[in-house]
This record gives sequence, structure tokens and C-alpha cells, in this order.
Amino acid sequence: MSEGSSDDCNAQDTWVSFKDRPEWSDVKPIPQDDGPNPVVQIAYSDQFKEVFDYFRAMVAADEKSERSLNLTKEAAELNPANYSVWNYRRNILSELNKDLKGELRYISQVIEEHPKNYQVWHHRRVIVEWLEDPSQELEFTEKILQDDAKNYHAWQHRQWCIQQFSLWDKELAYVEKLLKEDFRNNSAWNQRHFIINNTTGFTPEVVAKEMKFTQDYIRKAPNNESAWNYLKGVLSEKKLCEFPSLMEFCLELYSKHIRSPFLMACMIDNYEEMLEQGKPKKEENLQNATQLCNELAEECDTLRREYWQYMSRSLASKYGTDVSGDS
Amino acid sequence: MGTPIKDVVIPSTAPKSLMLQKHADYIASYGEKKDDYEYVMTEFLRMNGMYWGLTGMALAGQRDRMDRSEVICFVKSCQHECGGFSCSIGHDPHLLSTLSAVQILTLYDALDAVDTEAIVKWVKSLQQPDGSFYGDRWGEVDTRFSFCAVACLTLLHRLEELDIEKAVEFVVSCMNFDGAFGCRPGSESHSGQVYCCVGMLSVTGHLHHINADQLGWWLCERQLASGGLNGRPEKLPDVCYSWWVLASLKIIDRLHWVDKIEIVVVVVVVVVVVVVVVFVVVVVAAVVVATVA
Repeated sequence: MSEGSSDDCNAQDTWVSFKDRPEWSDVKPIPQDDGPNPVVQIAYSDQFKEVFDYFRAMVAADEKSERSLNLTKEAAELNPANYSVWNYRRNILSELNKDLKGELRYISQVIEEHPKNYQVWHHRRVIVEWLEDPSQELEFTEKILQDDAKNYHAWQHRQWCIQQFSLWDKELAYVEKLLKEDFRNNSAWNQRHFIINNTTGFTPEVVAKEMKFTQDYIRKAPNNESAWNYLKGVLSEKKLCEFPSLMEFCLELYSKHIRSPFLMACMIDNYEEMLEQGKPKKEENLQNATQLCNELAEECDTLRREYWQYMSRSLASKYGTDVSGDS
Repeated sequence: MGTPIKDVVIPSTAPKSLMLQKHADYIASYGEKKDDYEYVMTEFLRMNGMYWGLTGMALAGQRDRMDRSEVICFVKSCQHECGGFSCSIGHDPHLLSTLSAVQILTLYDALDAVDTEAIVKWVKSLQQPDGSFYGDRWGEVDTRFSFCAVACLTLLHRLEELDIEKAVEFVVSCMNFDGAFGCRPGSESHSGQVYCCVGMLSVTGHLHHINADQLGWWLCERQLASGGLNGRPEKLPDVCYSWWVLASLKIIDRLHWVDKIEIVVVVVVVVVVVVVVVFVVVVVAAVVVATVA
């Protein structure tokens, strides 16, 4: 859960030992304390050891100064996942009333080097909160997403900014751009739902538009889980029978010998609803649904055969009372 | 339709059985390696790592190889005045390490070694008006912390101290259109977050909020042809998701929906690969440190 990555010290070539830094001569470094009976003797690199020995000294003295601020930078470079270093840095920034725009530039660099680290993203969020200025956030997260379009932290930060500062305007267009680049990007599909949910809502007009949008993508890649999940999501509060075009769409793909499990699951959902609603041709609907379940269990989605057999039994037991024979 | 799906390929020469003793030996010796760069760099999750290691040893029936009093001593030294625990000595308290601390002490039946009243008070103080939980005083909100808070207080038999209805309300608000959960309302569904939300709802007796068939379907969809499980659609499998996904399925009583045989193969292979990789990293790091020093 706590992710963190760090590279070896970049500043190793130019690093100067604290013993040779006159501005630190008054400080007594505090060595690592692994507890009263340390199980382990750790030999780190000298740089790592010194930086953190001096960091501990700063924390113990509760010193909030330019030099301790710079020290947090050195410490964070060595181990950006060390959350206590970031906490302390924020304390100093606050105390010294430092230029937060400069801090934003700094944390941007760090995030670019360590884009999957919780601490650096949280640090950025706090700075943006203090600044009350989200003007760079969409551009920044877009930059990170360009390297990894599914970076979970980047998406959370982006969502927070959009919601906090009402930056909804151009987001749908951004999502469409991402889907054009990779229509299997689940994060982008999720973002689409997030935007519509928080702006227009899923009105009948929006639902019709989204159905068409999603079905166009499904035609290009019928086994795209994200698109099918999104389609289901769009219709989640609705009755499927009010959208006859949905079943027509499914049957069209099925007739072209497409056997995507998601397609077939959608068809089963449709049949199940018809059965639930007591629509005519009950036996035929049940038979169609059961047949699809069997096809999935035996051929098209054998990895999930237990699920499909459960579905088949479940349908038979709920709606099969008038039908004789095995389920 | 043959559309390419992201997955890994398990070589035919991959091991077919779990080398349990090797894993137990690795954990038992983890804190003893000198010049271990990896050990130092993971200080920010020391408490979590100790919990995972101890649990692994307990499952392997070799818990007694770990030094109980050393561990308890370490955990005690990480409790702060506010009641929360830090990841290691000299770090700030956080809910993640606090849960791990309580879990470790519970494993050792040693909760009386620390100030449990202070823990309860501190965890309670992290709950927000909307029911969510901060991870620490810096205000990060995540359903991981909802799980940590309720799991912690459940182990301390003090769950009633929290506003459970509000806590549940927040977690349920993180349920997405696909039936799964993210870290905050609107966040993309993710297997790790699903575990935290399902765990939280289970521990608080509110699993009825979940559509088990729908979520079970999303979870068993995490399984790929290789047998491995991923965290989100169209992502590569990773053995950590074997835990998040299977544990979630177990809680909602749908574990039989995944293909067992394929999973075991993947877990065995990945665990062996991890052991080998870590061994190589440690050796390389030792060489680097020796060269630089």
C-alpha cells in the first residue's frame, strides 16, 4: 500500500560532508536509533547516514531555518518516501513563510522523478491548498499522464483540483483526447463518468449520447472491459427495456460471431431484466440466457466458469419454475 | 474476437510448488543483513513490514523464530504522546503504522504493553464530519484509512467509539458505477481500495451495502489467462492483487469464482522471482556501498 521508489543519490559527485560545512559546525548530529537492543547493525553510505543524522538533530531541536529547509531537500532526495521529512519541510515552509510558488516548482520536479509516490503528491496538494491556486494543476497532471496515462495518484490529484476549484469546463474534451489515444484506458473512462456525474448528470439526452459514444468504441474493440463497464454504469439507474437499441446492438455483434464475455454478459442482463419484468416469451428468454451462460462457462470465458454456472443456476431457480428439466 | 489483452507469460520451466522454508528463512534473516540499502530505504514502512513478516512467519508455523521481546520493545518505542504510532523511531505517527502496531501486538497478545486508551483517542480524532478518516494531521483522505481506523479499534474492542454510520456512509459514497471502490468519491475502482472498503464494511457489519454478485463479477474479472490478478482493467497482473482480490472475494463469499489452479501457479512463480531479485539487489547494493565508502 505504501508505495515509494527512490533512485541512488544524484548529488553524490558534488556532495560535501557536513564535517566540511562551516555553517553546520554548531550542530551535534544524532545517530540512528533502532531501539534499546538493535537487532541489526546497518552500514549505510556515509552521505545517507550524515544527512539523516543531521536531520534528526534538526527535528530534536525543532529548528526551522533556511539550513534545515535545505536539509529536508537533501533528505527527500535520498529517500522521497520518508513522510516525516515532508511533514517537517511543511512545518518549516509555514514558519518561514516561504515562497510557495517556488515550492510548487520544486515539488513538480520531484514528482516527475517519483510519480508513484504518495508523499510527494500529498505535499503538492497541501501547497496548492495553501496557495489557493490551481492554475498549474491541469497542465501538470496532464504532463504526468502523458508518460503514464493511468497514474492513479495523478488522476486523484486532478479530480481533487477539478472538484475543489470547479475546473470542469474542458475536462470532457481532455478525456476524449485520451480515449482517442487509448480507448482501453480505464482511468479515462472513469473520469468521463466522474465529469458527467458532477455536471450535467445522466439525463435522457446525455444517456443517449453516451450510449452511442460507447458503442462506437465497442465496435472497434468488442472485448474492451472498460467500455462495457462504462455502458453498464450509464444505464445503472435505468431499465434496460427502455433502450431496445441496446439489445439490437448486442445481437448485431453476436450475429457477427463476436463472443466477447462482456457482450454476452450484457445480453444476459437484458434477458434477466425481461424475466424480472415478466415480459412475454418467458421460456425463450430464459433459454437464451441459460444458453449464453453455458457458452461462456464451456467455451468463451472458462476462467470464470464457476460464475457463469452460478448465473445459470440462479436464473433457473428464480424463473424456471414452469420449465421442466435440468438447469 | 482476438483483441490483445495485457498479461504476462509464465514460462513452462517455472516452479510448480511453494518453497515455504526459503520464504521463512528470508523473513527471519531480513533485519540482519549488513549494508542492506533496501532495508534502510524502506524505513518509512518498517512497522508495516514487521507486521507482514510476522504474519508470514505465523502462517508458516515459524513465528517463534522471531524475537518477541525485541519486536514488542520496538513497537512500544514508536508510540507517540498523541497515541499514534510511527513507522519507526524518530518518525511521525500515522494511521497506517498504528494499525500495523496494533496488529503486531495482537499477534503477540501484548496490547497491554502500550497505551491503548491513547490509541483509541487518536484514531477517533482523525475522523472527519463526512465520515472519512485522515491518515495523520496533514489531512490526506483515503478509504485505506477508513479500513485502518475500524480494523484498529475492532482489535482493541472499542469500535463503538467511532461514528460508524458516518464512516460507512463515506465508504459507500466511494462505490463506483462498476460496483467496485476507489480511494475517494469518484476515484477509479482499484483492487487494493476494494479490499479496504469491503474489509471496512465487513468489520462494521455493513456488507449489505455491497451488491455481492456485481462486485464479485468485477473482482473475478481481475483474473487474466496467465492466472494472475490485476488491480484495474487493462493492467498487468501483480501478486499483491492475489491478496487484495482473493481476500475481498472471500469476504463476500464468492471466492470460488476465480480459477484456483492458475492462481497458485502464478503466486509460486512470482514469489520465487521476488526472492531471487531481492537477493540480487542486496548483493549489488552491498557491492556499491563497499565501493563508494
